[in-house]
Amino acid sequence: MNAMWLPVTDTRLVVPDLGAPDFTASRGARRERTVAAPSETVADGGPAVLCHGIVKDFESGGGTLRVLHGIDLSLPAGEMALLVGPSGCGKTTLISIIAGILTPTEGEVIVQGENLTRLPGAKKTAFRRRAIGFIFQQYNLLPALTAAENAAVPLLAAKVPQAKAVRAARDVLERLGMADHVEKLPRQLSGGQQQRVAIARALVHEPSLIVCDEPTAALDAESGRTVIEMLKGVAVGGGRAVIVVTHDNRIFPFGDRIVAMEDGRIGTAPAH
Amino acid sequence: MRGVALKMLTGDRAKYLGLIFGIAFATMLMSQQVSIFIGLMARTASQILDVREADLWVMDPRVQYVEEVEPMTSTQLWRVRGVEGVAWATPFFKALTVARSVDGVLQQVFMLGVDDASLAGMCPAMLKGSAADLKRPDAVVIDRAGHLFIWPGEAVKPGKSFELNDRRALVVGVCEAAAPFTTFPVVFAKYSDALRYVGSRRKPLSYILVRAEAGADVGALARRIEAETGLKALTWRQFMWATIDYYLERTGIPVNFGITVALGFIVGAAVAGQTFYIFVLENLRQFGALKAMGVGNRTILGMVLLQALVVAGMGYGLGIGFSAAFFEVTGRAAVSLRGFSLPWEVMVGTAGAVLLIIVLASLASVRRVLVLDPAIVFRG
Repeated sequence: MNAMWLPVTDTRLVVPDLGAPDFTASRGARRERTVAAPSETVADGGPAVLCHGIVKDFESGGGTLRVLHGIDLSLPAGEMALLVGPSGCGKTTLISIIAGILTPTEGEVIVQGENLTRLPGAKKTAFRRRAIGFIFQQYNLLPALTAAENAAVPLLAAKVPQAKAVRAARDVLERLGMADHVEKLPRQLSGGQQQRVAIARALVHEPSLIVCDEPTAALDAESGRTVIEMLKGVAVGGGRAVIVVTHDNRIFPFGDRIVAMEDGRIGTAPAH
Repeated sequence: MRGVALKMLTGDRAKYLGLIFGIAFATMLMSQQVSIFIGLMARTASQILDVREADLWVMDPRVQYVEEVEPMTSTQLWRVRGVEGVAWATPFFKALTVARSVDGVLQQVFMLGVDDASLAGMCPAMLKGSAADLKRPDAVVIDRAGHLFIWPGEAVKPGKSFELNDRRALVVGVCEAAAPFTTFPVVFAKYSDALRYVGSRRKPLSYILVRAEAGADVGALARRIEAETGLKALTWRQFMWATIDYYLERTGIPVNFGITVALGFIVGAAVAGQTFYIFVLENLRQFGALKAMGVGNRTILGMVLLQALVVAGMGYGLGIGFSAAFFEVTGRAAVSLRGFSLPWEVMVGTAGAVLLIIVLASLASVRRVLVLDPAIVFRG
């Protein structure tokens, strides 16, 4: 049994605020209904992420495999949402769509007022570069770069001069308690330290959405708690939303809300 | 992102060095073998290249290359001299004979006889002594390499003597002749002396060297000589290529060298190409992370191409340096290897081949990166 780090305070099952999903629509047919522009703005606490009728099919073995079955979801800014569910339920596919990496077969995704499904490829890439921070399970740090250089990558990708980018990255790393490790290579850092570098990399360009994929899965209990506390303390706020895909029920207490998924649909909140 | 690309490239020192040495090996193999091949082919025509004064070589029509002497009668020289547009025409004798040194060492030598009066056809670079000394009795000039072959370890200078066909030959000068294909010593003598050294013969004349009158059309003069004398007249360039073509067609040299050069290209492509391809594949996940974070395909393409060009440049520089050093060292160390060098055309051609190798390797790996689904980073 996994140890619980903190008592549950305000963990709620998300309630989509777009009305009931249209389950009467024929399978595979494009939904007629479209999402109106968000009535609430990010600044006034409106949704940072708005998904409507997300369907995702994959071609598989000559057939079509439906992974997401019309997901409706609204996540407000300034909160950390945990996306939970068993393996294969579609969590990773959903955050890939929310992050603009995958394109849904049907439905629309609006992030910070930008309809990603209508953006052409290059603009979607630029949007990801500008507005989304990523934290991966395996950190995906570049082994040849120092911690500061790794954290500076999003700024370098945005053509910020190297010296300025690295300086900004050092500042973020210092806020994350990594001041003594900025010149170290990833192989010289522990797993928890590497994930802190990844958090710095996700924060350095001040994105409006941070997407985390199993950020504590590769960490021991102590490191995992440090990382999630940092995410909660540093990443959330300022109109920024954080979505965390996780299996790790130790971090459930940190979520402002929990979105449970099962078989490609929003399900019921897990008991923990 | 250029700095990131370069750090990714140099981060794994072993792979980075493997890539560079793969390219360097291919560069060295290709440039060295092509240079040796060109050097060997140039050697086949060395005695043509050493004659600087003549515009035309006139010979028996059956001659296919410089070593295949079909002797002519001396009267042919007068016929050629009578052709309009000929400024001068001199006899040139060429034969293989055996030299015997005082201590009994036998050595086959090229005997070249040049015009008694003008010395036209004489070795162009005298190292010791004077060409004019050839006019002394029994005088010969020998090339530096020949001196070393006949008298190894002894100082290269005039004064030695040896026998040619039981006749005394006194070395009055040492010159630097272009290395012949067979590396035999090259001995120069007056035409009349050369005939005595190899024994009189009914048809003594090997070639006729012709200088055209100033402003005359050399091609037209050659055609006129051929029409009026029935002999063959070639410019030095035509004769050189006829000789080289003969070796290319009649020997297995080009096939052997062609195989080695092709192997160099294939091994280079395989080693460097595959290593670079694997290097990119091993970084696929990192490229995927960069793509997920919003780094565009064009930037990724630039990163991979930059990595490829850096590897190609470093490997090429190292390989061509090794190759140049090889020719420099071997040329000094062994007289039989003199004259081989690294022509700039080979350097340019090898650079093209290396570029082709790295472009092919890049194309294969870049394709994998460009079609890479950035969602790969979310898969455990």
